[in-house]
Amino acid sequence: MMIRKIISAVFVGACGLAVVVALIPLAFVLFFVLSQGLQSLNLDFFLHNPRPVGETGGGMANAIVGTLILTTLAAAMAVPIGILSGVYLSEYRGSRFASAVRFAADTLNGVPSIVIGVFAYAVVVLPLGHFSTLAGGFALGVMMIPIIARTTEELLLLVPHTLREGALALGATRGRAVFTVIVPAALPGIITGVVLALARIAGETAPLLFTSFNNAFFSTSLTQPIASITVQVFTYAISPYEDWHRQAWAGALVLVAIVLICSMAARIAAARIVRIRGL
Amino acid sequence: MESSVAIPRPTLKPRDPQPNPNQQLKIDVEHLSFFYGEKRALEDISIKIQPSVVTAFIGPSGCGKSTFLRTLNRMNDIIPGARVDGRVCIDGEDIYGPGVDVVAMRRKVGMVFQKSNPFPKSIFENVAYGLRINKMTSSKSELAGRVEESLKQAALWDEVKDRLHESALAMSGGQQQRLCIARALAVKPEILLMDEPASALDPIATQRIEELIYHLKTNFTIVIVTHNMQQAARVSDYTAFFWLGRLVEYERTDKMFTAPSEKLTEDYLTGRFG
Repeated sequence: MMIRKIISAVFVGACGLAVVVALIPLAFVLFFVLSQGLQSLNLDFFLHNPRPVGETGGGMANAIVGTLILTTLAAAMAVPIGILSGVYLSEYRGSRFASAVRFAADTLNGVPSIVIGVFAYAVVVLPLGHFSTLAGGFALGVMMIPIIARTTEELLLLVPHTLREGALALGATRGRAVFTVIVPAALPGIITGVVLALARIAGETAPLLFTSFNNAFFSTSLTQPIASITVQVFTYAISPYEDWHRQAWAGALVLVAIVLICSMAARIAAARIVRIRGL
Repeated sequence: MESSVAIPRPTLKPRDPQPNPNQQLKIDVEHLSFFYGEKRALEDISIKIQPSVVTAFIGPSGCGKSTFLRTLNRMNDIIPGARVDGRVCIDGEDIYGPGVDVVAMRRKVGMVFQKSNPFPKSIFENVAYGLRINKMTSSKSELAGRVEESLKQAALWDEVKDRLHESALAMSGGQQQRLCIARALAVKPEILLMDEPASALDPIATQRIEELIYHLKTNFTIVIVTHNMQQAARVSDYTAFFWLGRLVEYERTDKMFTAPSEKLTEDYLTGRFG
C-alpha cells in the first residue's frame, strides 16, 4: 500500500518536472526577446522604414505591412483549398485517392520550408522574371494547405455521426448535410486551426528569401519584392552593426506579439462561437 | 444466426381484423433481408403496417429491431458494406426500387434517434432546418409559423417561445428530444420512425414523449423501437417481436401482451430471457 503511494508520488513528481523542463526554453526565449526587444521598441519602429547604415533610428513599418500582406495572400490561397481538401478527406476517408492525398499532405507538411521556397522560385519567380509578393504568398500558402487540410479532416471526424444522420433524415443531400451541419459544427476548431497555421507561416523566413526577397522601401505592390519581418530580422541579425542588431530584436518581439495576439484572438473567437451555439 | 432454439416463421399479418381492410397499407415490407458485409442481420422479414397506428418493435439487444427500423427510410445506406434484399413499399412504392429519390422519400419518412441530436444551432434554426433545405416555405413569416406549429405539435412551444434564438444544446435532455421530434414534424412527414426515443430520458420526460406519441398518431403513422416493454404496451396499437434478426410475432398489442401465440414471445415478455 505504502509502496504504491510512493511510486505514484514519484511518477507525478517526474511528470511535473518534465513539464518544467519543457517550459524552460520557452521562458528563456520570451525573456530574451522581451528584455532585448523592449529596449529598441518605440513608436518610430512602427511608423518608419529602415534607414541606411550609419543613420540611427528608423523602423520596420514596411516589413510589418509586408508580413501582413504575405500572410493574407497565403490564407486567401490556402484556406479554401485546405478546408475543401479536409472535407474531401473526411468524407471519402476510405477511398484510395483519399489515402494518397493524406499521404501527400503529410509529406508536404514535412518538406523543409527552404525546399518550398525553391519550388515557388521555380514556378512563380522564374516565369515572372523577378521576385514578388505573389511568389512569397504562394510559397507560404503551399505550406499552409496541408496543415489546414489535415486539421480540418481531424476536426470533421470528431463531429458526432448522429448529426449527419439527423440532417439526412430531414431530407438533406450528403453535400447539404456536410456544409450546413457538419462543417459548422466543427467551425470553432477549424478557425483555431487556420490561425495556428497562420501563426506558424508568419514566422517563416526560408521560403521568403528568394520569393518575396526583401525591400528597403514601403511597398504594397503584389508584383514587386516586399519586405517581411522575418527576412528583415534575418538581414539585420547577420549584419555587423549594433543598431541593426537592436532593430532585429525589436522585430523578433513584434513577430512574437503578432503570433500571440492571433492565437489569442482565434481562441476568443472560437470560444464565443462555442458559447453562442452551446457546442 | 444459427441457434439451437427453433425459430417460428414470422407471422405476416396481425390475425385480428384490421380497422379498415381496404385502406391502403402505409408500410408493406416483403421478404426483407439485410446484410452488414457477409453478416446477415435481418432474415426474411415481412410486415404490413396500416396508416395512423403506432407500431412498437420490441426484442432483446442486437435482435435487429433498430436495423430494421433504419431500413424503412434507407438510413442504412450510409453504412459501408450494407446490403438489402426484398421490398419495402411505402404507399405502394418500393423505396429500394430504381430511380427512387431517397432525399424526397426521407422527407416523407421522418426519424427521431435514440440519442437526441440537435444541431449546434439555435432552437429556431433547428426546427427551420428541414424547411429551409427543402425550400418548403416561401416567406419569413410562413417559416416562423411552421416552426411555431411544429414546436406546439411537439408540446415544446410554451417552454421555449421566449428563447427561440438561444442554443438548442442548452436545453434539457427531454427538451432536446422533443426538439428533434419538432424538427422531424416540421417537414410534414407521413411516417415517423422513432428509435428508442426515450431510452436516455428520466421518467417524467419519458411520460411527455409517450403522451406526445399518443397525440401524434392521428396524423402520423408511427413506428417506435423500444427496449421497454411497458412502454410498448402503453403507446402502441400493434407490437412486433424480433429475435435474432427475425420477426417472431406481429400482433395487436393488447393481444400480444395478454395471450401471445408464440412460446418465444411469452418467454421474452415474462422476462425469461433477453
